Amino acid sequence: MIQDFLFQAFAAGAILGAVIMVTRRNPVSAVIFLVGVFFATSGMFLMLDAHYIAAINVILYGGAIMVLFLFVLMLLNLGHADWRDLRGPMGGLIGGSISIAFLGVLTRLFVGGTDARPMVEVAGSALREAAAEQGVVGVVARPLFTEYTIVLEVTGVLLLVSMVGTILLARRERTVGERERT
Amino acid sequence: MAAALGLNGLIALFVSAILFSIGVIGVLLRRNAIIVFMCIELMLNAANLSLIAFSRMHGIEGQIFVFFVMAVAAAEAAVGLAIIIAIFRHYEVVDLDRFRLLKW
Repeated sequence: MIQDFLFQAFAAGAILGAVIMVTRRNPVSAVIFLVGVFFATSGMFLMLDAHYIAAINVILYGGAIMVLFLFVLMLLNLGHADWRDLRGPMGGLIGGSISIAFLGVLTRLFVGGTDARPMVEVAGSALREAAAEQGVVGVVARPLFTEYTIVLEVTGVLLLVSMVGTILLARRERTVGERERT
Repeated sequence: MAAALGLNGLIALFVSAILFSIGVIGVLLRRNAIIVFMCIELMLNAANLSLIAFSRMHGIEGQIFVFFVMAVAAAEAAVGLAIIIAIFRHYEVVDLDRFRLLKW
């Protein structure tokens, strides 16, 4: 089926893009490949019946956050490759073994969990019915503004605090002369 | 557990685990602070992928949680990049090995 094929192509693209992104020495090409990874995972979200999340993944991650990274690279003039960036073979050995341990633990959790609670097969069908009834945005928005209203408000406060903190952190300290002039 | 997800859900979980491990490799292997930060974003995205895969089994709550994860990730990216800019002003590099103030 074409959908399964597309899903597997997106999965392969995500893994490939992530490997390329980690091994690039030039930060700008790493950013570009990370955007590719986000696009591929958005495609996977789409196939897993999370249409709204797929859209905001492209807009927020692929658009806003990655543009922010590129902007900082431009601002600090770091867009050139640096041979000192990758750690030596010892670091590679330690990093590789830790990450393989992570992979083993996660695979064991995802596949071999026999003591898991009995899972109700809600599956994609119920989600798809709800989306057809309320719309793909409504199916996310309805619980967000009924059950999780307080969490949503707290998230708004968090974004405000982070905005103020960002401006405070990135602001250039003014010299004494400048302060007297203004 | 795996049977209820179907083949695509299982693939999504595997891809999530692999992307997370690649993110861990990147964090441990790179010295450029910005690339380390990008690898953290990759790990967050891998966690989102597994949440979405499980939301097909458990209902819409997984997608709601991904929404909040994305909001927090946006805030975290903004603050983290501001910290990197502040550090760059002080040291003129973003090499993680050069920041030794809290190391022994």
